[in-house]
Amino acid sequence: MTALVEWFVLPFQFDFMQRALLVSVVAGAICAVLSCWLTLIGWSLLGDAVSHAVLPGVVLAYLFGLPFAAGALVFGAGSVALISVVNRTSRVKEDAAIGIVFTALFAVGVVLISRIPSDTDLMHILFGNVLGVSDSEIVQILIMAAVVLVAVALKHRDLTLYAFDRVHAHAIGLNPRRLEALLLGMLSVTVVIALQAVGIILVVAMVIIPGATAYLLTDRFERMLLIAATVSVAASVLGTYASFHLNIATGGAIVVAQACAFTLAYLLSPSHGIAGRLAAGRSARRTRTGTGDVPTAA
Amino acid sequence: MTTPALLTENITVRYNDVLALEDVSLTVAPGRICGLLGTNGSGKSTLFKAILGLVPAELGRVRLRGRPPAAARRKGIVGYVPQSEQVDWAFPIRVIDVVMMGRYGHMGITRRPRRADHEAVAAALERTDLTGLAHRQIGALSGGQRKRAFVARGIAQGADVFLLDEPFAGVDKRSEATIIEVLRAMRDDGHTLLVATHDLAGVPQFCDEAVLLQRRVIAHGAPDEVLAPDRLFEAFGIEAQAVGERTR
Repeated sequence: MTALVEWFVLPFQFDFMQRALLVSVVAGAICAVLSCWLTLIGWSLLGDAVSHAVLPGVVLAYLFGLPFAAGALVFGAGSVALISVVNRTSRVKEDAAIGIVFTALFAVGVVLISRIPSDTDLMHILFGNVLGVSDSEIVQILIMAAVVLVAVALKHRDLTLYAFDRVHAHAIGLNPRRLEALLLGMLSVTVVIALQAVGIILVVAMVIIPGATAYLLTDRFERMLLIAATVSVAASVLGTYASFHLNIATGGAIVVAQACAFTLAYLLSPSHGIAGRLAAGRSARRTRTGTGDVPTAA
Repeated sequence: MTTPALLTENITVRYNDVLALEDVSLTVAPGRICGLLGTNGSGKSTLFKAILGLVPAELGRVRLRGRPPAAARRKGIVGYVPQSEQVDWAFPIRVIDVVMMGRYGHMGITRRPRRADHEAVAAALERTDLTGLAHRQIGALSGGQRKRAFVARGIAQGADVFLLDEPFAGVDKRSEATIIEVLRAMRDDGHTLLVATHDLAGVPQFCDEAVLLQRRVIAHGAPDEVLAPDRLFEAFGIEAQAVGERTR
């Protein structure tokens, strides 16, 4: 017992661990909330695209001495707009448009980095450097997180309506395109927050896995938000501690923890997991006499 | 003359080079059930989209209770019941939540439901006989119950003009009868319903009038007249002629 307490308390005495935990927990919670809508709409890979596309923005921001978030946001939002333009104004399909835009922007970022003499480590941008996060970066993260949370508090019901039935949203006088733009804007900001925790390459995990995990565990959207946030924050905490104790990469450890949570839900969820389905199959065989006309609620 | 519930004048819609609707003029009086008949690709869905303002009409105008589409939408006049294929039935949402979405146009910015909203939802569930199923996930309903849930959403919305896209597809005969009962009761309350369907056999028993659509309006009138074999031949080709004769 004391060993366990020490496992948690000891690292917390270090200033850099407190900051790392703050950043990874905030990033985990925000990403989890967004991931619920993204997984339901089917936009998971858009998160991947936006995260890669911000690389040139981060490099340019460094070059001009601007806050990293400014450059990242411009390129994040810009990539979304560019994908939609390519998709709408040519015969190229959406998945190809996404693939072209994000890899092109990522490549521009790689080229820029290779030409700029700097002490910013490419590895830190790609894989995150949450143990070395600075004060100004923390301020930027907290401001962005507050913006996203306010948007969620005001608009979460409209976003769920958009995800479920945008024709109805249109029919009752709402503007689905504006809701889409809002969600994409929130995605850009969220990705930039999560960059600090896990880096460009692994951000996509943060905006997919929590929502997908929660989706396996409930049929209620409000609960899905809660479960996703809980799973994601727990993974952030465990991953950051594991990184300290085992001397492993923090971003990787957080995402591995999330993947473990997903695997457990996938196997053990009573309603939508493999085990649940096997059990349901067995009991259905035993009570074949039921009406069977109406599927029962999970 | 009373204002028609639904009026379209010379609606023409073109997708790139394809003419989807040509010169469609329709007038439906309040308190009527109007069957919208046509094959796949005849323009039924496009007409719905034009009425909702989802596709721009090259020519013509739409009025709902005398209002242009945008104003009608803001007033919550149009209730839309989507085709089954357009709905994600695995979405983590309950029947009662779907019906509550009908109220969003009446709510404040955060769409937090007030007492009037809860009452409207309860009443709509009662009308469609879904009260006992209100807390089920939407996909855990049978085909007919699913349709009624979306009708309930329109009722909670306070919609006047309902657009129903293939409400009988994938629904067994008994559920179909229940749906028709609900639609008739709504008609008797003064609602207007435009029902897109390719189920010709069922039309005469519940529609007050019917429209035969094949890119343009081929016939509009009493179901018996519209279902005359030569008209059906024009719209559906040879196969449907046989169906039309069987329904007589």
